[in-house]
Amino acid sequence: MRVNGAETSAELEPRVSLLDALREHLGVTGPKKGCDQGACGACTVLVDGRRVVSCLGLAVQYDGREVTTIEGVDHPVQRAFVRNDGLQCGYCTPGQICSAVGMLAEHAAGEPSAATERVTSRPTLTEAEIRERMSGNLCRCGAYNGIVAAIAEVAG
Amino acid sequence: MTQAPPAPVTEAPVLGAPVDRIDGTAKTTGQARYAAEFDHPGLVHAALVCATVPRARLVGIDTADALAHPGVLTVLTHENAPTMRKSPSPGLPDISTMATATSVTYLNTDEVHWNGQPVAVVVATTSDAAKEAAALVRPSYEPLPATVDFQAALPDARPQKRNPFSPAGGAKGDAEAALATAPVSVDLTFTTPMHHHNAIEPHATTAVWHGDRLTVHECTQTIDWTRRRLAHVFGVPVADVRVLAEFVGGGFGGKGYLWPGTVLAVLAARVTERPVRLALSREEVYRTVGGRTPSTQRVALGSTVDGKLTALVHTSITQLGRIGGWPEQVTSQSRHLYDAEHVLLRQRQVELDALSTTTMRAPGESIGTYALESAVDELAHRLGMDPIELRMRNEPDRNPLGGTRFSHRRLREAYALGAERFGWAERSPEPGSMRDGRWLVGWGVASAYHPAQMFPANVTVRLFADGTVLLRSAFHETGMGQPTTQAQIVAHELGVPFEAVRVEHGDTALPTGPPAGGSMQTASLAASVRAACADLRRSVHGLARRSGSVVGRQRPADLVARDGGLFGPDGGETYAAILSRAGQSRVDAKVGSDTGLGRVTGQLRFAARMVRDGMRWVRASTGAQFCEVRVDPDTGEVRVTRWVGAFDIGTVVNAKTATSQLRGGIVMGIGLALSEETLVDPRTGRIMNPNLSGYHVPVHADVPELDVAFVGDPDPTMPLGVLGAGEVGITGVGGAVANAVFHATGRRVYDLPITLDKLL
Repeated sequence: MRVNGAETSAELEPRVSLLDALREHLGVTGPKKGCDQGACGACTVLVDGRRVVSCLGLAVQYDGREVTTIEGVDHPVQRAFVRNDGLQCGYCTPGQICSAVGMLAEHAAGEPSAATERVTSRPTLTEAEIRERMSGNLCRCGAYNGIVAAIAEVAG
Repeated sequence: MTQAPPAPVTEAPVLGAPVDRIDGTAKTTGQARYAAEFDHPGLVHAALVCATVPRARLVGIDTADALAHPGVLTVLTHENAPTMRKSPSPGLPDISTMATATSVTYLNTDEVHWNGQPVAVVVATTSDAAKEAAALVRPSYEPLPATVDFQAALPDARPQKRNPFSPAGGAKGDAEAALATAPVSVDLTFTTPMHHHNAIEPHATTAVWHGDRLTVHECTQTIDWTRRRLAHVFGVPVADVRVLAEFVGGGFGGKGYLWPGTVLAVLAARVTERPVRLALSREEVYRTVGGRTPSTQRVALGSTVDGKLTALVHTSITQLGRIGGWPEQVTSQSRHLYDAEHVLLRQRQVELDALSTTTMRAPGESIGTYALESAVDELAHRLGMDPIELRMRNEPDRNPLGGTRFSHRRLREAYALGAERFGWAERSPEPGSMRDGRWLVGWGVASAYHPAQMFPANVTVRLFADGTVLLRSAFHETGMGQPTTQAQIVAHELGVPFEAVRVEHGDTALPTGPPAGGSMQTASLAASVRAACADLRRSVHGLARRSGSVVGRQRPADLVARDGGLFGPDGGETYAAILSRAGQSRVDAKVGSDTGLGRVTGQLRFAARMVRDGMRWVRASTGAQFCEVRVDPDTGEVRVTRWVGAFDIGTVVNAKTATSQLRGGIVMGIGLALSEETLVDPRTGRIMNPNLSGYHVPVHADVPELDVAFVGDPDPTMPLGVLGAGEVGITGVGGAVANAVFHATGRRVYDLPITLDKLL
């Protein structure tokens, strides 16, 4: 498995989740554990560029894949989060940012969402689209307005 | 002592500026570390075994399979756990006892007091092994009679004891008699369910013993109280316990107390002589950390035909555990919001065989404003009067109970500001009369109210010869942006650039800071930071005088702190120049003392100030919440589509972070109004939705743009004019949503949350 560009190997029991492998075995603590059952999105990472909730996958499934966590992300959306105060306590933030990066790529590839009215053409990334596409990432501090503003700013 | 040169009034103030968070980069790059993310050599993992019965005696606990699981080091139960000391009940003079969450000595008793109480802790080399082995522990119980159903226990409610911050009732005149004879009246009953904080970071502890010295990385809003309680429980000197919490992943009141996971992690580390991490699962947080009480409330209002209130009755029943809990101040806002001629406020409680209830964002006012403001809206409807007009007709000049003066009150201004931004004048008053296509549209309004108080806060401020400044205090950053706002206050007080200020916080090795609770942290720190900075300016002036600087030849009153130094009519110098000429590498100023005597003095002063201020002024943050909902007439689905919150929080230190705090309160209030509900099995007291898939917090798609506006008027009695911002935002939200739903549909919902089944 490559993690943030570096070849990584670890001997793990089959029951170890990708999230636990990162946090507890590889010392990569950027992805957060909020629920451990795919409901909060705090553990979101990018696998070969697509967003994945890392608590729901087993590490062995990702053998040989390219995993990018917040530590490996260098994207304008990070600065936009700070400018727009799209964070408070910071715990959901790595997941929000990885999710935003993955979501922007999905949108760029023309993928629709539940908020898309016409699926035949590439949807405009309205705020309603951003909200729908980011709804798998919970923020209990309620920084949603800032997060949407940050993503909209970067999306242009 | 010479007078300190005054703080500046500058043209481009740092105070109030929307400065980006100091820790924004750390939090957006994964560098910010939380309690479960500190590695130590030999670190092992713990997991809890929680009781599945409400009240019982343990007659046995089979740990053989758990111990046989590969990687397991030990299983601690009531049969083998070393004795710990019982925490004293919360009370003065030691305010750190407030952090005592329950009266239970975990694993030192065979009694089970609530469904979820930890009965064993497993320690293993990996978290997976610990969790798997925990599932293999088999406790045997002898059930004992248990009272766990809040609704069924209501007839047994008894008068509530007051909590440290708010009385449990109050009265003026004869409200029931006035109600009976009022020309117009409403008499309504409301219910609210249990809520849980659900900070996205579940509670976690990393505990390391070096002999009898303990270091704990803990997610807490009260690091000093945590340290003192742990020292007590484990019988070691306070000075030998260090608690660190630089970043905390949200708290909302849920991380203010010493819950069992913390104690058991420290115990496990003690027994195994290994560093131990206990990261609670989401379910374990529900099982072992208290939530907000459910409530039933009666609000009755009587008025003249032109809307002058003659009677206001607000009573409540809330829940505590027999083992502890927070007496929720449900009628708090009803003491202050309306100038009724006769008032009756009464809080009662039931005690259940359940985990202690606890503080959750605006305990009391969050659910109390829902009931009160719904009733006011209903009265306005029956009077045929605009609900804002009804409120303005009953806006008091002095506190309705006791006639105490308000330190300042800008609720009228908040309503005017909010109504303008929302476009309230366009509202068609008749319920069900506004539509957008097929959607029913409703506009609702409600008042927000949260008291303002202060804790003691010790700080040191150090000015270096290069003109940079270091602020040190063991305060908390749980998301409010505290290091940023305090750096702004230092920059303001010393006239240095914001970038020149560094802040150290979240470590008991620093001067003792205030708890992050009760919306008190910013003002509490501001008082001490201002005093320390004044002391620094005084010291610098003294240095300037002795070293022959032009600054020293001028009177302190003629000097202004700006541009990184002190300047007067006859010129000035930067701090760097003054310190350099005086041959000083730094100047320190300190407020408060961490000696035993200093602590006692600080607490006495704190208690005296609270009593004295309470007699002199009623002080609070207030606001006006404006909500637009759209309701699907076929499905009853409610969408919040527009929001304006206009607030008086006194001085706004950072427009960006304060806006976020208030928005965060509104978001949590939208959850309270529409979706949040902890479901408790009335037969077993077991929480049935201990997760984020069954307990619905608002998501991106539930939250429209929230327009937050500030009246911006400093409170004359608070340091820098700062009132609190952390909690007022959630207050009034439930009422505003419920009132908007009524306006959209003609249906008033008396039972939160307003789920679609209640509108069909």
